[in-house]
Formats: sequence, structure tokens, C-alpha cells
Amino acid sequence: MTSDIVIQYIISGLIYGSIYAVIALGFNIVYNATGIINFAQGEFVMLGGMITHSFSKIMSLPLALLAAVLITAVIGGFIELVLIRNIGRLAKKKLKKSPEMQMTIMTIGISILLRETALTIWGEQVQTVPFFTGNETSSITVAGASFSPQLIWIITTAFLIFLFLSFFYKFTLKGQAMRACACSKTGALICGIPASTMVTFSFILAAGIGALAGSVTAPLTQTHYAIGTALSIKGFTVAVFGGLGSSGAAAAAGFLLGIIESFSIVVFPEAFKDIVSILLLLIVLFLRPSGLFGTPLKKRKKDSNK
Amino acid sequence: MKKYTSLIIFLGLAVLIPLITSLSGKNFYLTQLTMSAYYALAALGLCLLLGYAGQISLGQAGFFAIGGYTSAIMSSAGLDPRLAFIVAIISAALIAFVIGIPVLKLKGHYLAMATLGFGVIIEKLVRGIPSLGGADGISNVPDFPLFGSICITGGRAARLSNYIISFTLLALALFLLTNLLSSRSGRALRAIHESEDAASAMGVNTARTKLITFIIAAVCAAAAGSFLTHYNGSIGPGEAAPLKSIRYLSIVAVGGISNVAGTLAAGIILNFLSLRGVFGVYDDAVFGVILVAVMMLAPEGFKLSIPSWISKRFVQRKSKT
Repeated sequence: MTSDIVIQYIISGLIYGSIYAVIALGFNIVYNATGIINFAQGEFVMLGGMITHSFSKIMSLPLALLAAVLITAVIGGFIELVLIRNIGRLAKKKLKKSPEMQMTIMTIGISILLRETALTIWGEQVQTVPFFTGNETSSITVAGASFSPQLIWIITTAFLIFLFLSFFYKFTLKGQAMRACACSKTGALICGIPASTMVTFSFILAAGIGALAGSVTAPLTQTHYAIGTALSIKGFTVAVFGGLGSSGAAAAAGFLLGIIESFSIVVFPEAFKDIVSILLLLIVLFLRPSGLFGTPLKKRKKDSNK
Repeated sequence: MKKYTSLIIFLGLAVLIPLITSLSGKNFYLTQLTMSAYYALAALGLCLLLGYAGQISLGQAGFFAIGGYTSAIMSSAGLDPRLAFIVAIISAALIAFVIGIPVLKLKGHYLAMATLGFGVIIEKLVRGIPSLGGADGISNVPDFPLFGSICITGGRAARLSNYIISFTLLALALFLLTNLLSSRSGRALRAIHESEDAASAMGVNTARTKLITFIIAAVCAAAAGSFLTHYNGSIGPGEAAPLKSIRYLSIVAVGGISNVAGTLAAGIILNFLSLRGVFGVYDDAVFGVILVAVMMLAPEGFKLSIPSWISKRFVQRKSKT
């Protein structure tokens, strides 16, 4: 294996790694606020790419991107307000246990619905989004390996999303309130934090971020109505792989898995790329159920009591 | 006798259906009903696991494919289909055993993810291995001789006999599950569903009970896969897709989650409508709507099941007189 091939593999690993990382970040936003796994996260990515595709025909690309993010964010908020919130309220009356499992099953249903809606709107064919700079053939060459300038857009966006979320959770009042809800919903309510508004907000944020990732990556990977399920599974894999709930772990696990996957092609056939990552996840789950970088739940609770 | 009410109702309907179809001249419905019966068998296994043991599995389609593909390969290679069936069941049970030990230690989302991961691995394997036919799957699978000249086959002449075979098998599964659920193990399962710690404190070996249930669910799916493969004469990687597992989940959900008879009814009706193409292009969307609606309206499953409803009325009338 020559050095430029190695660099090529690392680059393709970085592309997929940043997509995975951003989806996993979206999972974590919702998980932190509600304790549920939002299986529709991959569909937000798909919607982002699709809406950018449609709007880029009638307006400039930056505007189309903004529209895609806003529309998907509204869809995310709408899903929470109309569906998720109701089930929480109903379930609280009927169930003895917490309704998280039911809500997670519901998001599976929602993801099917979003996908089928996309199928009716955009059809079965693969859709494209214009490149942000240059076109399909333009490339940047570094150390003998060449790659599309879009790659820089993708990695920068992933990095900015990660920075934004870290800043948001740490320093803004809203972010701190969301973290408080994740820690203890009752405690947050007592402090006067409107916990259910925070949940809605978390869906809006997760949907917006997912859509942004979708429209930035669409020029390179193209988009198709059915990509969401695979992305959701991969994003969930990454989120659990790193340790559910932590942004840093999700980002690190995303890049790690992306690079491992792209190098797995050296040993295994291309079709088995996903098997490698899932097997790794299963091994991690069995050995460290709290994820690769996650702290065990008991310890985390102990720390937060200090 | 009361616990067999649903079984008796099921048998009654099973006899009634071919009479109706032959009277109305729509005998071709029996083909889809036979296929639905096998899909319902796979859903029954999941019902036991999810509704009674409280363990979610998104890998049911994976076991279905293991059963179907093992049968298809073995019997296409010239092995007696009956022997191939036994190999399929044993390999599904063994895989469930090996996977189940680590997986069932996980809870909630992690369990869902691990079983979903298993399903995805099986799907990628059957798609990726050239000798399994890739995207085309395996076709020309030989018939499954049961006894004498009766065999599981998709031929037109054997339509009624295959309908009878499939519904007999389903009735047998229902009978076995009903007995299991009203036995000591069934009570242990319900105890685990309520609270694993409490069940463990009462002396239930929770790990073992969960593992056995997981294996039973896998065997149900593998048997269904094997039968359906022989009936259709073919199997494709679509049967292993995660979306199929989700479909089984929505069938169990609409059937009432902890309700074997409900799952059976939902499995037959929904699959029949889907196979008949009633939902058209919205086939998948229907199952999505079902999942959302059931989780919203009855997160613990519909409590109203036909047998208990009838028996309740019966008891009330008795007390009045």
C-alpha cells in the first residue's frame, strides 16, 4: 500500500466519519433531552439534501441551504409537538414504566412515514445538489492524493457544528437548561425550566443539524429517498459506540469508525463495510456497555451528585 | 378449556375461510393467506419475546432469513428437505443461543440496537455472498414433502392442501404457545416483564428464561422462513431487511403486544392485505402509520381482545341470572 492510497483511504474515511459524527450528534441532542433514540434522525439528513436539491433550482445555493435547514427544523419541531409530546402525555397516564421504549418505536414509524413522503415528492431516482465550489471534476491535490473541495466544506461544517454544540451546551442559558433537563427532569422543572419546551427545541436543533449535514454532503454522496434508514442505523451505531449522550465521544467515534470502515476495504469486500462497523459496535457493547468513551451510568450519576 | 378459546375461534375461522373463498370463486386468495400464515408465525415468536418477556428484538427478519436460506441451500444441494428443515431450525437455535447470551444482558435501546445490528449483518451477508445469489436470492427451491404425496409447494393444484398445512402449523404453534404461557415458564416470563429484579428475587432464573424465549422466537421465525421458502420456491435478501423486522414489530404492536391471538389475527390480516397489494405504493407507509398510531393511542397494546371480551360478557350474564 503506497502512501497516496493510504491518504485516499483516510480522506474517504474523513468524509463518512464527519457524516456519521454529525448524525450521532443529532441523536445525542434528542437523547439528552428525552432519553429516547430518534430513529428519524437519518431522515432529517435525507430531507436536508432533498430540499436543497429542489430549492437550488429556483434560488441561489446558500439560500437553498438555509431554506432546507429551516424547513427540516420546522418539521422536526412539528413531529415533537404533534406526535412525541402526545405519546408522552398519554403514556404517563397509562403506563407504569417510563414510555421511552414506546417513543423510540414511534420514531421508527415516523422515519418510515418521512421516507415514504420523500418518495412521493422526489421519486425513486438519485438527486444531485450542485457543488459549493467548483464542480465534479475540480480537485485539490495534497501529498499525492486528490480530493474534491467539497470535502473541506464537509469537514469544516462538521467541525463548526461540533464547536457550536459544545459552546451552546456550556455557555448559553438555553444549552445549560437542556443539560439540566437531561440530568433530572423534575429538578429542572423545580428550577423553573420549561422542560417540554426544551424537548421541542432539542428536536428542532437535531433536525436542523441533520439537514445541514445532508445538504453539505449531498453534492459528493448524492441523495436518494431511502438513504435515511442506513444513516440512522450508522448514526446510532456511532452514538452508542462512543457512549450515548456525549458530544465529544460521538465526534471521536464518528471519525474513528469512518476511517476503520474505509480501511476495512483492504481486507474485506466492499459489501461488508457495514458488517465491520456493526461487529465492532457489538464487541464494544458486550465489553463496555456504556460505550468506548462513555462513563458507566452509575459513575456518571455519582459524579453529578457531588 | 377457557384458555383455548382463541385457538377454537381460530380453528373455526380457518375452516370457514376456504368455504367462503370457494363459494365466492376467489380461491386464489388462499395463496396469499398461506403466505400470511407463515409471516404470522414469525410475528408470533416476536410477540412471545416482546409482549411476554418484555425484550425488544429488531432481528426477527434475520432469523427468518437464516431459516429460509439454510433450507434453500441444503435442499437445492440435494439434501432431503425434511433434513434441511431440521438443520435450519437447529442452526437458527444455535445462532440465537450464541448471540443471545451477550445480547440479552443489554437493555432497552442497547438491546434494540444490538438485535438490529444482527439483522443488518445477516442482510449484508446474504446480499454480499455470491453463492447465496446476491440481490437475486435463491430460486427453484424443491418442494417440501410432509407425508405421502402432500408437500409444501406453490403449485395451483396444491393450493387448498397448502392452506390447510399452513393453518394447521399455525394452530399447532398457537396451541404450544398458549400452553407455554399458562405454565410455570409463562408466569416467569410475565414476572420478568413486570420487573426483572423482582422476578429474580422470587427465584426466577431471568437470564436463562430470557435466553430460552429468545431461542423460541428465533425458531418460530426460522421455521416460518423455511416453510415460506419451500412454498414460494424462492427466497431473496429482501426477507432479511431491517424493514421486515420493523414490520413484524408493528404487527405485534397492533395485535396488542402481549396478546398472542391478537398478533396472529393482525399478522394474517395485515400481511394478506399487503400481499394483495391493497395498500399499493403506500405499503410501507401503512406500517409506519400503524406504529405511530398504536404507540400514540395504546402504548401498552390494546387491552380488548376478542376471547376475554366474549368470556367477560358470558360471566356477567351468568351472574345476573
